[in-house]
Amino acid sequence: MRVGVVTFPGSLDDHDARLAVAACGHEDVPLWHADDDLAGVDAVIVPGGFSYGDYLRCGAVAHRAPMMQAVRRFADGGGPVLGICNGFQVLCEAGMLPGALLRNAGLRFVCRDVVCVVEAATPWTAGYQVGEEIVIPAKHGEGRYHASDDVLDELEGTGRVVLRYAPGHNPNGSARDIAGVANAAGNVVGVMPHPEHAVDEALIGGVDGRGFFTDLRAGVAVG
Amino acid sequence: MTDPRPTATAFAAAERLDEPRARALGEELGLRGDEYERIVAALGRTPTVSELGMYSVMWSEHCSYKSSKVHLRTLPSDGPQVLVGPGENAGVVDVGDGLAVTFKIESHNHPSFVEPFQGAATGVGGILRDIFTMGARPIAVMDPLRFGDPGGWVDGTGRRRPVDALQRRLVDGVVRGIGGYGNCVGVPNIGGETVFDDTYAANPLVNVLAIGVMPRERLQLARAQSPGQVAVLLGSATGRDGIGGASVLASQEFDDALDAKRPNVQVGDPFAEKLLIECCLELYDADLVAGIQDMGAAGIACSTSELASAASLGMDVDLDAVSLREASMESWEILCSESQERMLALVDPGRIDEVLAIAERWGVPADVIGEVVDGDQLTLRRRGEVVAEVPARSLADEGPEYDRERRRPAWLDQLQAVDAESVDLDAVAGGDVASFLLAFLRAPNTASKQWVYEQYDQHVRSGTVLAPGMGDAGVVRLPGSSRGVACATDGNGRWCALDPREGARRVVAEAFRNVACVGARPLGTTNCLNFGNPERPEIMWQLAEAVAGMGEACAELDIPVTGGNVSLYNETRGVAIRPTPVVGVLGVIEDVADAVGIAFEDENDVILLVGAPTVDGLAGSELQHFLGDEPGGVLAPVDLDLEGALAEVLHIAVHEGLLASAHDVSAGGLWVTLAESCAAGMIGADVALAEDVSTAQALFSESPGRVVVTLHSRNVKPFAQLCADAEVPLTDIGTVGGERLTIRDVVDLDLAAVEEAFDAGLPEALGGPVSEVPGV
Repeated sequence: MRVGVVTFPGSLDDHDARLAVAACGHEDVPLWHADDDLAGVDAVIVPGGFSYGDYLRCGAVAHRAPMMQAVRRFADGGGPVLGICNGFQVLCEAGMLPGALLRNAGLRFVCRDVVCVVEAATPWTAGYQVGEEIVIPAKHGEGRYHASDDVLDELEGTGRVVLRYAPGHNPNGSARDIAGVANAAGNVVGVMPHPEHAVDEALIGGVDGRGFFTDLRAGVAVG
Repeated sequence: MTDPRPTATAFAAAERLDEPRARALGEELGLRGDEYERIVAALGRTPTVSELGMYSVMWSEHCSYKSSKVHLRTLPSDGPQVLVGPGENAGVVDVGDGLAVTFKIESHNHPSFVEPFQGAATGVGGILRDIFTMGARPIAVMDPLRFGDPGGWVDGTGRRRPVDALQRRLVDGVVRGIGGYGNCVGVPNIGGETVFDDTYAANPLVNVLAIGVMPRERLQLARAQSPGQVAVLLGSATGRDGIGGASVLASQEFDDALDAKRPNVQVGDPFAEKLLIECCLELYDADLVAGIQDMGAAGIACSTSELASAASLGMDVDLDAVSLREASMESWEILCSESQERMLALVDPGRIDEVLAIAERWGVPADVIGEVVDGDQLTLRRRGEVVAEVPARSLADEGPEYDRERRRPAWLDQLQAVDAESVDLDAVAGGDVASFLLAFLRAPNTASKQWVYEQYDQHVRSGTVLAPGMGDAGVVRLPGSSRGVACATDGNGRWCALDPREGARRVVAEAFRNVACVGARPLGTTNCLNFGNPERPEIMWQLAEAVAGMGEACAELDIPVTGGNVSLYNETRGVAIRPTPVVGVLGVIEDVADAVGIAFEDENDVILLVGAPTVDGLAGSELQHFLGDEPGGVLAPVDLDLEGALAEVLHIAVHEGLLASAHDVSAGGLWVTLAESCAAGMIGADVALAEDVSTAQALFSESPGRVVVTLHSRNVKPFAQLCADAEVPLTDIGTVGGERLTIRDVVDLDLAAVEEAFDAGLPEALGGPVSEVPGV
């Protein structure tokens, strides 16, 4: 598969997402924020970092980039899109995912490995069994997932909570320990922890993140 | 010195000064002694306002190293591995595979005390610019930090240390500042130190080290090449922030007028720096840059004069071309502004459009502000009139140099007369050794530093092999290679207070040993010399002794000093910090898959104590500090030959896969080494202490040259052979396993209690865990 990774000014983990995609057997394709052409990729990752310095509100500037219009069209057509960390924030700002990410409850940036449970089958979690526990790094200052109770009920009721912090592992005060969600169609997924930093045995972070990339298939239906 | 000569230049009216006014302004700007006369001699006339501004910052202690240069010159700086030594923005070593690594440590002590967040943040920004100015991509930072005692913990005499809200605020601000900048610019943090001691209560030390990597041929230098080259200012607009910030703040002591200095602290913009990094790396890859210099201290004055002086050329600069944040800025303010995230690149005129296009793609503002010219004059114009015309060399390279008076402090005899070594553990522990040992682990200096490093991104750029707390050194893999670099920072103000020469030797040996413990071969050293006011002979003696000791150790261990920084005037209201030279040692490991951490791993692994015998080592120790005593006693000398042999043994053993863990014995002694390795591996150990020294010495001695290694029993024989061949002693002290940490005949502790003490200590002292909701 050809997997595009968007670079905004201030993206940081774009490099890492491309390495992870390549390490898991795909072709990585750089996508530049100012372009509006997806270069025919089969899937898109909106990576972590501090797009535009996160100086306004995380993701608030980036989601207006020309590339994001192309990503939106791609997603509307069922294309798989994964937002990681800042990318999750961008997708929420774009309205492509419900909810918002607020400052961590502790008001500090937190970098630590977290235990999460994969709770939904999506194109991005085909490498896992539903219910599987994985350990991947989280690193963010604004990762507290927030949505109204109605929305949270709906997400839980329709199986759209993709990733949940295991009890005691919620690093940021996220509502209902939610670490990642999907859109209604299931092709757009946002996660706060970093699976792309858990694919390489030689590095810290472990290898539990591989499942996000290894079994990625174009047009996999939502389970 | 340039010959005095008359000038025909008509200077802008607002710039001209009569002699008495010029002299008075020079004094106001911090010129001392005959420095004003030297300027007049260099120019052959009375200086202008802008010229005085430029000389005062360029000849400040911070920029000119005028008090330390005579000593720094004695440090070893050569070796086949050294590609660039001191004098450039950062040293560069050859790490093989066609790759070069640049690394440097710097201080941002004074700004961080005035404004902790921005002071620390811009410290990170500044050292990163030094790294990418050399042509390298920054791949890691480390932060050796020193604060006063935050209190909120119970010391070895049972006294609960009172909470010091100022220290908590400083720690909080500095850690947020480092994270706020480093996390946003996208460079992982792989280690450092956090030390608490009241000697730093009114003068924290915020040192920051950065590492970068490049293909060897991408190396950039800070010098012009030929006349006609165009000077392009890349990055942020120039403002009034930080005028004289680093250079002036770092060149005088503090007094009660501290708040008035706040506007001198620069404000960082990590997003702008990230764009500047990407822009510069793209310019280098396209081979568009002839010479480049970052703008930190002394801004445009520094970068233009250094680029020109290094090539024995001149430069014409048009200050009207500089984008300003405030149009009302005076010429001297533009010249001396320390606005962050700016670089000055020299470009061949035919390629300027390509340069501007790359800058635009990254959203980096770019102004063409000048041109390299024949001769040696740096000429600066504003609104068509000359505001300064100076020999570039006189600013950059011909500043004053002092061999200041030195005197061995009278107080040393008293300190060294203290009997530090005959501690009776049972007596000081009041009969409850178990509680004493746990309280020792809970003390902020020995407790886990997770509270600090979990506020830093450790993963970004996918290279981190050993993160903070995992190994004796941080390890990062180099892009596109299985090779990695290891780096450790060490400093010890208590040792250096007792004996700056031996203290510095020990500090170098410790950083060297730490790099060896992960399995890397040490290659070079960078140093940050944190001292008090050099105008006092006792301080100058400490500096000279420490540099001499550092030089001895670096020469003996073949780790040349490739660069660094000197931070003087670290004192408030006349009280100096203890002399605290901090070193960073960098090494290379051929395959990062081999790297060894500190964590005990498997049941029944054998624990060996390797290296020097345990001797008296409580002078200036963590135990002394824990017992509430001032440092006292005599330091046993480090055996540098043995350190070299030990490092070689470790390097081979790690490469051959013999070791499961390696952790040196340093602050807090064997007790802390064992507890940390158990906590990191979440596994217990059963250890017997040597009988030829007291229990206090066996557990807490900080005598150098010792490493605890663990290995599978089948590897003991080949490892012992390696040691025998290298004449490195070793002792079998126990085995790994179980859920208790047992020191035979001394203590038998539940591992959970050890972990609890180790983990809880720092959050307790600093006011709560990182992820705790405040006020709940």
